[in-house]
Amino acid sequence: MDILLSMHCFECLGEYFLYDIESGALHVVDRIVYDYLQGDISCYSKNQIDEVIDELQQLTDNGLLYTNPPQVPRQIKERVIKSLCLHVSHDCNLRCKYCFAGQGAYHGDRLNMSIDIALASIDFLIANSGTRHNLEVDFFGGEPLLNLDVLKKTVEYANAQGAIYNKQFLFTTTTNGLLLNKETSDYLNQTMENVVLSLDGRKSVNDELRVTAGNKGSYDLIVDKYRYFRSIRGNKSYYVRGTFTALNLDFCADVLHIADLGFDQISLEPVVLSKGDVLEIRQEHLQTIFRQYEILAKEYIERRQNGRWFSFFHFVLDLENSPCYKKKLSGCGAGVKYLAVAPNGDIYPCHQFVGEKEYCMGNVQSGVIDESIRDIFASTDLTTKPKCASCWAKYHCSGGCNANAIHFNNDISVPYEISCEIFKKRLECALYIYSKAHE
Amino acid sequence: MKHIKTIANPKHNCINPKSGCDECRSSCQSACKTSCTVGNQVCEQKKKEQQ
Repeated sequence: MDILLSMHCFECLGEYFLYDIESGALHVVDRIVYDYLQGDISCYSKNQIDEVIDELQQLTDNGLLYTNPPQVPRQIKERVIKSLCLHVSHDCNLRCKYCFAGQGAYHGDRLNMSIDIALASIDFLIANSGTRHNLEVDFFGGEPLLNLDVLKKTVEYANAQGAIYNKQFLFTTTTNGLLLNKETSDYLNQTMENVVLSLDGRKSVNDELRVTAGNKGSYDLIVDKYRYFRSIRGNKSYYVRGTFTALNLDFCADVLHIADLGFDQISLEPVVLSKGDVLEIRQEHLQTIFRQYEILAKEYIERRQNGRWFSFFHFVLDLENSPCYKKKLSGCGAGVKYLAVAPNGDIYPCHQFVGEKEYCMGNVQSGVIDESIRDIFASTDLTTKPKCASCWAKYHCSGGCNANAIHFNNDISVPYEISCEIFKKRLECALYIYSKAHE
Repeated sequence: MKHIKTIANPKHNCINPKSGCDECRSSCQSACKTSCTVGNQVCEQKKKEQQ
C-alpha cells in the first residue's frame, strides 16, 4: 500500500488535520507535522522531527493511521428495490431557468400520473423489495402538489399495503411551495418523513431564476408558507433546499439568509448544467466557491455556539456512526435499488434519467425490468472507478453521482470532476467543524 | 502526544455481521438530488443501538 494514498493531510482555516482514509480517524496536528508530511522539514530541529516521527508511529501502531482497506470480496449488488422517486406530475407552476427537468416536463408532455400508475408503482416496489423493511417513496416532479389527490391516495394505499406486507414506508415530498396552504402543510407534516422546500436564498437571487410562467419571482409567494410549515414541523426532518449558480458565487450569503428567515435545516447545491450554459459552475469558479465554504464554516460554528443553531446538509458528519463499508462502496443505488417512475409508469435508473428513452428500463404496469440497463449500474461501484481509488474522500461520496458521470463523461466510471472538487472542499470544512465540536 | 490530538477513531470500515442490512436511506432521497452523499448518513443499526 502506498502510505501517502492512505491518508489526507490538509489545512483549513489556519488549522492542520490528518485524516486516515480507511479507518476514518481524524487528528488535529500542528504545523510541524503538517510540514513534515509535505516533505518540508528545513526549519525544524532533529529533535522536533524525531518527536513527530515517534507520534506518527504511535498512531500507526494503534490502527489510527496508514490503515489498510478491509479484505472483503467484491459484492455484486442485490437486485432488490427499496426506493422509488415517483414523478407524480410532469407539470410545474414555476419556470426555473436552470431546471434539469425542462421546466418540469422532462422534455416531454406536461402530464400528471394517474392513480392506477401510482398504485401500480407501490405494488411494484413491494413486490421487488425482498426482505427490506424500510421503503422510501419520494413524491417529485415537476411540482408534485399539482397532483395532490393522487399523492394522498398513494400514501394511504402504501400504508395499508405496508401493514399487510410488513413494510415501513418513508415518504418525502419535494415542492416549490406555491400550492402550500395550511391544510396541505398540515397533511405533509403528518405523513412525510421528510419535506424539501425549494428556495435559493436572497430574494434577488431566488427571483432571478425561480420564476412563474408569467416571469414573476417566487420569493414573496412562498416564504411565509415555508415559515408556517416550519412552525408546525417541530423536530421532524425537512430541508429548505436551494441551488447556487454562476450568478451567485457568493452563495454563503444565501445560506445565511435562509437561516435568518428562521429555517434551521438547509441545503444549497451547486447547479449541474451542461457545458456552455451561462449558469454552469466552471473550473475558474472553484477557488471562489472554496472560499465561500470556508466563510460559511466559520459562521456556522459561531452561530451554533451562540444560540443561532442551524444545520447545513453538506456539513453534517457523524464519523462514529457512519454507514457500513458495503453502503460506502455502493452509493445511492440508482438503477438498482433506487429507481424513478415517470407519470406514464416508465421506469428509469433515477430522476436524472427520466425522459431519456435509451435508459427506460420498463414499466411498473408490466413489472418487468430491462436487466441489461440494470447491469450497467449493478456492476458499478467505488471499486470500478479508477480515479476514485486514490481519492481521500471516496468513502463519503461513494464515487459520486452516476448520472453526472454518464451525462458529462459518457462513462459511468468517470466522475464529474467539478463536483468532485467541490465535494472535497466541503468535506474538509465538515471535518474542521467536526473537530471544533469534538475537541 | 505533543504534536497530534486524535478527534475521532471510528474504525468506520470494520466488517461486522450486521453490516450491509441496507435499511438506511438512499443517499439521494434526502435533500440533494444532484449529488451522492453517503458520508453524512447514520447507520440504521447504530441508530437502533442508541435508542
